Amino acid sequence: MELRKSYFADVRQNGLNEIGQPRPRLDSPGHVTGKTAYFADRNFPGMLHLKMVRSPHHHARIRSIDTSEAEKHPGVVKVLTAKDVPHNVYTILILIQIGPEDETVLADGKVRWKGEAVVAVLAETERAAQEAAAKVKVDYEVLPAVFDMEEALKPGAPLVNEYHGQNYYLYDSGECRKVRFGDVEAGFGQADHILEQSYQSSPIEHAPTETTGCVVAPEGNDRFTCYTNTQAMFFTLDNASIILQMPGSKLHFVGGTVGGGFGGKVDVIVEPIAILGAKLTGRPVCFIYSREEEMQISSPRAAEKVVIKDGVMMDGRIVARKVTGYTDAGAYSRHSPYGAQKGAAHYPGPYTIPNVWIDTYCVYTNRTPSSAMRGFGVTIGDFALEVQMDKLARLIGMDPLEFRFVNAYRDGDMKAHRQPTEGAALIECMQEASRAANWPVAEKYMAMSSYTKGA
Amino acid sequence: MAKVPVQFTLNGSEKAEFVDSGTTLLHALRDKIGDTSPKGGCHQGTCGACSVIIDGELRLSCLTLAETCNGADIRTTSGLAEAGVLHPLQRAFLDAFATQCGFCTPGMIMAAKVLLDHTANPSREEVVEALSGNICRCTGYEPIIQAVLTAARANSQNAA
Amino acid sequence: MAIRRGRGVAAINYPTGMNLGGDPTQALVHSTPTGNFMVTLSSVDLGQGMKQIMAQICAETIGVPTDRVIIDTADTDTGPHCMGTFASRGTHRAGNAVIQAAKEARQVMLEVAAEELEVNASDLETDGQGNILVKGAPQKSISIFDVALSAHFKRGRSISGRGMFLIPRSYPEKETGAMKPSTCYAHACTVAEVEVDDETGEVTVLTVKNVFEIGRALNPKMVEQQLVGGSWMGISHALYETTEPYYPNRDYGGTDFNQYLMPGPGDLAKTEIIVLERPSADGPFGAKGPGEMCANPQIPAVANAVFDAVGVRIDTLPITPERIMRALKAQAAG
Ligand code: FES
Ligand code: FES
Repeated sequence: MELRKSYFADVRQNGLNEIGQPRPRLDSPGHVTGKTAYFADRNFPGMLHLKMVRSPHHHARIRSIDTSEAEKHPGVVKVLTAKDVPHNVYTILILIQIGPEDETVLADGKVRWKGEAVVAVLAETERAAQEAAAKVKVDYEVLPAVFDMEEALKPGAPLVNEYHGQNYYLYDSGECRKVRFGDVEAGFGQADHILEQSYQSSPIEHAPTETTGCVVAPEGNDRFTCYTNTQAMFFTLDNASIILQMPGSKLHFVGGTVGGGFGGKVDVIVEPIAILGAKLTGRPVCFIYSREEEMQISSPRAAEKVVIKDGVMMDGRIVARKVTGYTDAGAYSRHSPYGAQKGAAHYPGPYTIPNVWIDTYCVYTNRTPSSAMRGFGVTIGDFALEVQMDKLARLIGMDPLEFRFVNAYRDGDMKAHRQPTEGAALIECMQEASRAANWPVAEKYMAMSSYTKGA
Repeated sequence: MAKVPVQFTLNGSEKAEFVDSGTTLLHALRDKIGDTSPKGGCHQGTCGACSVIIDGELRLSCLTLAETCNGADIRTTSGLAEAGVLHPLQRAFLDAFATQCGFCTPGMIMAAKVLLDHTANPSREEVVEALSGNICRCTGYEPIIQAVLTAARANSQNAA
Repeated sequence: MAIRRGRGVAAINYPTGMNLGGDPTQALVHSTPTGNFMVTLSSVDLGQGMKQIMAQICAETIGVPTDRVIIDTADTDTGPHCMGTFASRGTHRAGNAVIQAAKEARQVMLEVAAEELEVNASDLETDGQGNILVKGAPQKSISIFDVALSAHFKRGRSISGRGMFLIPRSYPEKETGAMKPSTCYAHACTVAEVEVDDETGEVTVLTVKNVFEIGRALNPKMVEQQLVGGSWMGISHALYETTEPYYPNRDYGGTDFNQYLMPGPGDLAKTEIIVLERPSADGPFGAKGPGEMCANPQIPAVANAVFDAVGVRIDTLPITPERIMRALKAQAAG
């Protein structure tokens, strides 16, 4: 890695002792000696293992659940169903007033995605829990499912989630988050060329080497200590407190040393049910996702569809951009309404465009609920935007890098969400990339600066 | 469930335990003996985080039954430092900033150790080959490859 | 049939912190009797090195070496609230909270030193090595060790501080979408060079040249870790990764590392990283969040390079050999 100090030299602070120094990491000696303690490195005598019975169907009504055989299985200590969970319907972002509560801790009457948790089995060994889980009998009436976002948005599509009442998240602005800036139709009217293209992604797994999980120990004074690899301690504690209808003062969360997260450990999934198990049995409980669960059950990065329509002039200026983004939330909200909204704030990308129209939708389908991942709400949008930029440049016969200079945002430029640009540095990144990659651009672009409209 | 006795040396000291028949070495080491340096990243032989050295060979402890290890000489990353002095591989991982979350690190170090035990001066290709059963999601592998190459150089200089 | 080369570029920006703000983080700092400093937080280290960076930020602010700082984090019985580690917010939000707490602690420390040295606190400075000196008269000094002992046992002072950082929540205007998503943005530009085998559809990323602007590299080696790992993940996203290869079809999803594909140590692109620093107005020492955005620009850069190589657009991720072969077939069919 090289630090290029010639850029922005006038505003860089020098003369610091510790900042800017490549100090060795204080946690690395623990890592290389195997001494770093992750949550799963705590072991308690008498610890029970929790395994989930999961839905084999994408969408089904639960007619009945029979746990009697499972309960008789040797080593089984407790079997939990929806009726054991004090506040079974929840949503993670309720703490910052983003509702409605739309997800069950354990399925109640219905399953909405293949893999949904239905029954929790607690047993002396992992093997006993697994074997007993296979003996739980659930009688399902299979319902029609919908997987395609466009299908889901059509009238008459199977309703994925009754708590919403329709297959999209209802923002205060309506069926989508909107950004309106300038007059996009007038912009298209004046454009030399119009290009409308559609981009698609597929769900992506965080795949941390350490799977999601927790270990819970009852403290004997009515308090429970939960060792967890959550990315957000109080978020998890407060949601657990709501789900368990247990005062937060009874909960003690210990974590902070995590084997990779990438956004996959922001959901509150394993802790509440494990604490409930510990409370009802009085025993320590561990609930750790198998690799298979991490891959297919834990929330992935949402699949997204992005439709971009641009009006561009022969001189390279983009004069209008309309973006319609669809985020596939799967069966439940988790953090997806937030992510779709973040997309609306991100478009039209780091470019100054006078006429912009953005709609971003959060759509429900019968698949594994998606949630946050590294670059949440932006990564797939950037793929779409930057491939579109390449196509536009080629359409008007301009060099793709030069084309970006023409449109790059600079300090003071008004963004589509009506904030003036501050602290821009796109131009300088592109100038340095031009040099590093030996991709020459015209001198006038190398003379540009993010500071002013100059040049 | 029937318990079976297992007895082996772990990092040079004698260990004896009774485990359920069918218990993996990974579980025996972590939950019975208390050596948590091998990590369980998949329990299905696809991540390498549980790697240990058995009688000089690299093994996945999640796919090894504890009861098959009687009399074996087992080495793990927790036993690598001698009297608090880091092994050259551990030193090299630190210096190269080759650990982020660190979850893959003990397994990586085991894989690298077996390589260096057999090949004093490995090529980059040999290092890549040796590490190719170990998943790292954080580092992009390059710092780990560099750490192993550096440790190999340090080793062969010491030997010379 | 041939191996064809192409290159592509992409440029991006990325917000630091939770979208629309409203995401608090708090920190407490106190000294031990012998002048070590304890930072208490509930932020989570996912492996990116949050603990180390908070230690450096505290050390810089108090004026001691980093190894005099201890980080106690992520125990809800002791740590004050942190919203969590996500949205590239850790360094920015928690760092600001630590600075505020450390400044308050530093002020008490200087006041105690001033009493010991019989000067004004405003006339004192730290040397970064663990000593407090009188400005302009450095021979007149006292060690932080002695100042802490004095505060605890003689003067009855608590060398401690409280820190809080919160960007007020912005609510988007319903019709126009007017809002304040973030206070600062990181930037990047990536050029990728690929080879595409037009007989198999296989893509090899030969080189990626990444330029990242991240405000301030608080620890350059740790920044490099993030950027190298992120660049790898970006390429992985572009070419390999998905849990549903035939989305929206739910079948054929991988359940282990043999089926869920990522580049291994033998599949690495030659990776170059260049860092620029335009300090952010409200970041700790100007820092922005580099952790997420570093994995974004490689995806479109690789996609554009594939087009440059073989003349087909793959607008669906991941860009698999199968998709390339189908597109090449369609192209040949005219
Ligand atoms: S835990 Fe053994 S290979 Fe993953
Ligand atoms: S350092 Fe996190 S998996 Fe390798």
